Amino acid sequence: MIETKSLPTQYASQPGPVQTSSGKTLRTDEMIINMGPQHPSTHGVLRLEIVVEGEIIIDVIPHIGYLHRCFEKHAEHMTNYQQVIPYCDRLDYCAAINDEHSYVLAVERMLKIELPERVEYIRVVMAELQRIASHLIAVGTFGIDAGAFTPFLYAFHDRELILDLFEMTCGARLLYNYFWIGGLSHDIPPQFVDKAKQFCTYFRPRIKEFNDLLTYNEIFVKRTANVGVLPKDVALNYACSGPMLRGSGINWDLRRDDPYSVYHKLQWEPQIGKGEMGTVGDVWDRHIVRMREMEVSLSIIEQALAALPEGNVQAAIPKRIRPDAGEVYARTETPRGELGFYVISDGSGTPFRVKARAPAFVNLSVLPAISRGCMIADLVLIAGSVDIVLGQVDR
Amino acid sequence: MTAEEILNSLKAKFGDAIVEAKLDAPQPWIVVNPSRTKEIAFFLRDDPATRFDYMMCLSGVDYNNGKLGIVYHLFSMVHRHKIVLKAFCTKEQPHIQSVTSVWATANWHEREAFDMYGIVIDEHPDLRRILLPYDWEGHPLRKDYQVPEFYNGMKVPY
Amino acid sequence: MDAFQNLGFWRTLLVTVVLSALPLVFILLYALVTIYLEMKVAAHVQDRLAYMRTGWHGVLQPIADFIKLLQKEDIISVAADRKLFILAPYIVFMGTYGAYAAIPFSSIFIGAQIDLGAFFIVAISSLVVVGILMAGWASNNKWSIFGAVRSVAQMVSYEIPTVLAILVGVMITGSLNLQEVTKFQAGGIQDWVIFGGPLPLLQKLLITPFTVITFLILFVASLAEVNRTPFDLPEAESELVQGFFTEYSGMRWALFYVAEYANMFLVSAVAVAYFLGGWGSPFGETLSGPVLGFFWFVLKGMVLVFLQIWLRWTLPRLRVDQLMYTAWKVLVPFLFVCIVAIGLILVL
Repeated sequence: MIETKSLPTQYASQPGPVQTSSGKTLRTDEMIINMGPQHPSTHGVLRLEIVVEGEIIIDVIPHIGYLHRCFEKHAEHMTNYQQVIPYCDRLDYCAAINDEHSYVLAVERMLKIELPERVEYIRVVMAELQRIASHLIAVGTFGIDAGAFTPFLYAFHDRELILDLFEMTCGARLLYNYFWIGGLSHDIPPQFVDKAKQFCTYFRPRIKEFNDLLTYNEIFVKRTANVGVLPKDVALNYACSGPMLRGSGINWDLRRDDPYSVYHKLQWEPQIGKGEMGTVGDVWDRHIVRMREMEVSLSIIEQALAALPEGNVQAAIPKRIRPDAGEVYARTETPRGELGFYVISDGSGTPFRVKARAPAFVNLSVLPAISRGCMIADLVLIAGSVDIVLGQVDR
Repeated sequence: MTAEEILNSLKAKFGDAIVEAKLDAPQPWIVVNPSRTKEIAFFLRDDPATRFDYMMCLSGVDYNNGKLGIVYHLFSMVHRHKIVLKAFCTKEQPHIQSVTSVWATANWHEREAFDMYGIVIDEHPDLRRILLPYDWEGHPLRKDYQVPEFYNGMKVPY
Repeated sequence: MDAFQNLGFWRTLLVTVVLSALPLVFILLYALVTIYLEMKVAAHVQDRLAYMRTGWHGVLQPIADFIKLLQKEDIISVAADRKLFILAPYIVFMGTYGAYAAIPFSSIFIGAQIDLGAFFIVAISSLVVVGILMAGWASNNKWSIFGAVRSVAQMVSYEIPTVLAILVGVMITGSLNLQEVTKFQAGGIQDWVIFGGPLPLLQKLLITPFTVITFLILFVASLAEVNRTPFDLPEAESELVQGFFTEYSGMRWALFYVAEYANMFLVSAVAVAYFLGGWGSPFGETLSGPVLGFFWFVLKGMVLVFLQIWLRWTLPRLRVDQLMYTAWKVLVPFLFVCIVAIGLILVL
């Protein structure tokens, strides 16, 4: 057992004293500030220990774990595989459906079961609706980080409409427990398709309005362009995923490149950051990728609704799920990036090991690397553009 | 590259550092020597034929037979192929070499493995607990973990 | 005040106290109205309703809030510098309130007929900076110090464009006495300084673009002076929690709040007096008079306050370096151009 250090070794490199023009030595001290765990812009209970010199950030040390709820330990102690699903919901509470999707995909791959076509289409519709809802939170709170409060409420207004659709389907508005192993908990209600189509028609102009209000606002562009640039190689080395990776100009989307469900049957293109306002991979690029992904999701939803086949919503699976001993790593594209579940089965009715590879956790680890040398105000924006959900970071 | 080709190139290069392999699994895996993971990782990342530039996941595992392990899920953005590496150690000697210098993303994952399983990651730049409080005792994801009665005077089992 | 000279000391004192309490009453009433306005404007910008339950459309809510603040526990953290902590809100409020002395509310009411009125306002409202720095320092909280330091840097910087813009008004009207300035523009909307003042037509046409620009710059600079979005860095909620008043609660916090709102009206009042004809009616002689004058003055001021609120709920916030850039490299050079151009036009 080695001793745990309270501070990392990164403190070693610090700028020395400053020489004034008159030859005197000016002693400048770095200040260590705790941003969080209770702070308006850490999106939960993240604690950033920041070393600053004036407003300039010298180092950032994230301290996480304030929201640790022992997901992996819980998963090992359930009585069966299905009981893990509600816990998955609680990982990323802004995009619960996508979490479930990843987990049920992992178990289904272990069981090697074929799903009815209708299930896959409904799953795609739900996952994309959830993606829009989650991106709305991301861009809305990002507006708050930049000091604009109004877009946040616009975003939440539209998110409510999506939550209404979910409530209609499964009765829950935040944590759904809707995707089950081998299918869905129940079919969509008859009026769902019309309502979802209505939402799509309503929401397209709203994206434009949101862009006019926030994305292309002169001040907003000034604040976000060229800030927190994440170069391609760093993004890959830190295994960033989702809008973080695409914002850096890497054309990579698991829905297309590691296909699952029925995404390969639909027509769509991943959106990447092109550096329109500054450098490729800056904060603005990550923001615009989210904005454009919402439009892409709308088109996926419309296509999936149009192609929605009739059929059963539950595959024939054994009552007691006992996968053969073995292991599987399944990953899906959630709004925050690649959410992978590494599930090991020992042949019994409960998972032997469930590891959640949380995109927010991985994306957050790049924060210190890209925020050195910027200002406190920028750090807030960079942290906002990573789009962390602490439920997923801390699991 | 298929898993078999990767295994062959690894065997040609590292010989006995490759302990065993299971290629008929749905996701083939290769077990490597826990004290040589770094050089193997560097080779896998930099060799033009493999180019594993993206580490999807790193998980600690307790196999419940006195054996701990770390599982590396690797992916290549260039060649679009996958491989799973495993490194095992014993509970008495829980030491595995760090791959943080190869894939920066491993940093937090390895800290998590240390936090949850007590696997000491050799050569890690910043090995601290990550999810649990700094003064927590024990490593909760081990199968033989006993929940403590008290933590800082607070009753733990509720 | 000449009329009171024969009253004797005590009576003079009484009258002075009563008269100087009038702006205080105005500030309090105005603060209640504006807080309500702010919430309602914000709500309607954001597609929602705001208060609806306390009285008709929630009009009683500011009063309820006020009562709530009165009842709140007064928290002073142990590590705070107690004396400064207690003093700071009063200093901030005094700076603002003192400046109201030279504000011409109507043709018959101005606190003090000082010939250096505008200068006095600029000078005394700088006291606010001291109070804010005090508050930030005394709170013994790193975020508060950040807010205070930002605030000082910002207010000192933006004093320059504000003063330069007022200088343009001084050049045209030829006076620092706000009452004189207002009388200069008494001829109705066409005589307002923003439209060049009562000058010959050719001069007026030449000068108008510059005065309009100056007025806009004054408005922008005044936003920064009162720490409103997009210049609300000192209290940037998402970065510094609440800036210099993070640690304040209850009535002390409310005093900052009222001072902030009073400041909003103050800067608007100066802009109104110099550029928008003060208490003068837009229609010249019609609808003018002492009481109507007061009405016009408050109306014009409130329009500007409304604009400040509107901007706050629309725009994001600038960063520190961008804020300084705006002041020194955009507003000040533009104003110099305006001053030179207006000077030339006036001389010709």
